Amino acid sequence: MGGSAGRDLVGPPAGFDVGAEAQAVYVMWLRQMKRFVRARSRLLGNVIQPFIFLAGLGLGFRGARIPGIPAGIDYLTFLAPGIVGMSVMFSSMFAGVSVLWDRQFGFLKEVLVAPVSRGSIVLGRTLGGATVALMQGAIIAAASAAMGASVDPLGTPAAAAFMLALALSAVGFGVAVASKMEDPHGFQLVMNLLVMPLMFLSTTFFPPEGVPEALGVLMRINPLSYPMDGIRWALTGLGYFGPAADAAVSAGLAAAMLALGAWSFGRMEV
Amino acid sequence: MVEAEGLTKVYEGGVLAVDGVSFSVAEGEIFGFLGPNGAGKTTTIKMLVTLLRPTGGSARVCGHDVVGSPNLVRRCVGIVFQDPALDRELTGRENLDYHARMYGLPREIRERRIGEVLDLVGLRERADWPVKRYSGGMMRRLELARGLMHYPRVLFLDEPTLGLDAQTRRAIWDYILTLKREEGVSIFLTTHYMEEADRLCDRVAIIDRGRILVSGAPGDLKSGLGGGGVLIARTPDPDGLAAVVGDLWGGARVTLGEGEVVAYVDDPGRRVPDLVRAADSAGVPLDSVEIRRPSLEDVYLRYTGRRIREEEASPAEVMRARMRARMRGR
Repeated sequence: MGGSAGRDLVGPPAGFDVGAEAQAVYVMWLRQMKRFVRARSRLLGNVIQPFIFLAGLGLGFRGARIPGIPAGIDYLTFLAPGIVGMSVMFSSMFAGVSVLWDRQFGFLKEVLVAPVSRGSIVLGRTLGGATVALMQGAIIAAASAAMGASVDPLGTPAAAAFMLALALSAVGFGVAVASKMEDPHGFQLVMNLLVMPLMFLSTTFFPPEGVPEALGVLMRINPLSYPMDGIRWALTGLGYFGPAADAAVSAGLAAAMLALGAWSFGRMEV
Repeated sequence: MVEAEGLTKVYEGGVLAVDGVSFSVAEGEIFGFLGPNGAGKTTTIKMLVTLLRPTGGSARVCGHDVVGSPNLVRRCVGIVFQDPALDRELTGRENLDYHARMYGLPREIRERRIGEVLDLVGLRERADWPVKRYSGGMMRRLELARGLMHYPRVLFLDEPTLGLDAQTRRAIWDYILTLKREEGVSIFLTTHYMEEADRLCDRVAIIDRGRILVSGAPGDLKSGLGGGGVLIARTPDPDGLAAVVGDLWGGARVTLGEGEVVAYVDDPGRRVPDLVRAADSAGVPLDSVEIRRPSLEDVYLRYTGRRIREEEASPAEVMRARMRARMRGR
């Protein structure tokens, strides 16, 4: 090729931008997949941590009678869906927050200057983070079944729906947090002051019944409790709020967090 | 290709970063902004590629208004940012492919184009390496290639060789000249390296504190200084020596620097003895005299009264340079 005449010959056809938005969603999704598959140590770390919680707490307290958990359901079975939810939540949140690393390493500029909308970019990223999170959740669920938790395979589709809602909520939240932060140090603070307390108040580790009344109320107010309860209901049949409430709150939370994430990302400066 | 009219950016808080610059870049031309850190070079680029909204004036790129039709502008420009903007976990080829997809190139064009741009920057053999294994120079070359992927008509290069060693810098210059020749693309670049501007640019604008002080072809700017040579006399008493020079060569253009007097005169070598005698009889101490051909450095000094010091980097830039070094080292 040579000169501008050559460029006209081999250049893109008119209207080549059709589908660029869809491509942007796909590219952002594909990128998350590739990074997930390639970073073996990260994958291993993401799976091992919840596995340790599951084995350490689940096997250790297996014989314990915990008020609020009906007889016939051992603690491992109670805990397993909670740990699945926890792993989905953390994985998705990190996917959202990784926007911050993209900014730190400059890649965000490349994405933001492309002729596609920020909405497509954030959508692709969210779907990518959610896909990765669901795969990790599935691994944990399978591991818990292998350890002896009695989970019902027929509940998998419903559980996956709750996991998806939880994942979308957490990615949206992560993107929103990342958009507001200058550097990655602030993230630790958000984790310790906000996310960890919310997690302990979310029916992940213990039920909302048989606990001091104030604690029970807080657990019912915490929206995070509902997708967790939904996953547990789907996998073990044990639920505290009922599937309808679980579904309604989970969907609402996902919609709200996605909107927040998209809005924050739209206003983000590079 | 690029036309800016009174382009202005005032940041929130009242910082005037770009103060009414007007310039144009012709088709197939390399046009450069030469100026120190903080002169407003990056801010200008960000406005031209629609990442920042101007607060005054207007700019058209490829005929499209940067405020009115940002997406049309984005489609016709390629950008290489000052700091690396690659996904380091992906391979070089994947970085190019993802870029092409976001710019809507169909598959068959995508694949052929990736091969072309990789050849242009000599990276075909390394295309399937993850970018984190690339050297700093290879990353820059990959970014040049990526900037060209979608057949842009204007390529923006923000400090294209910042932080690279001298040898790699020269190699990047050769690649930039090659892609200008092969692709016929117009290039707008910013730099604070005199030699870079001199070597690459068809036309240069010297920018300082958000304003263009002078612009033109490097050769014209240099000959515009008057005289065929530069004579630099170092002295503890520049004012005294300037008076001596004024008496001696009435018409010569003289610039005062820190501890030095710079005179633009014909045939400076033959004038050294006269100067030494005149300074001696006037009782003005003279430490040394240097003569050379005029460079852009002299043009810069003439219009700003200062030299660009490459070591005078802001703390943020020092931090960024360290981060770059660390990223490369991994």
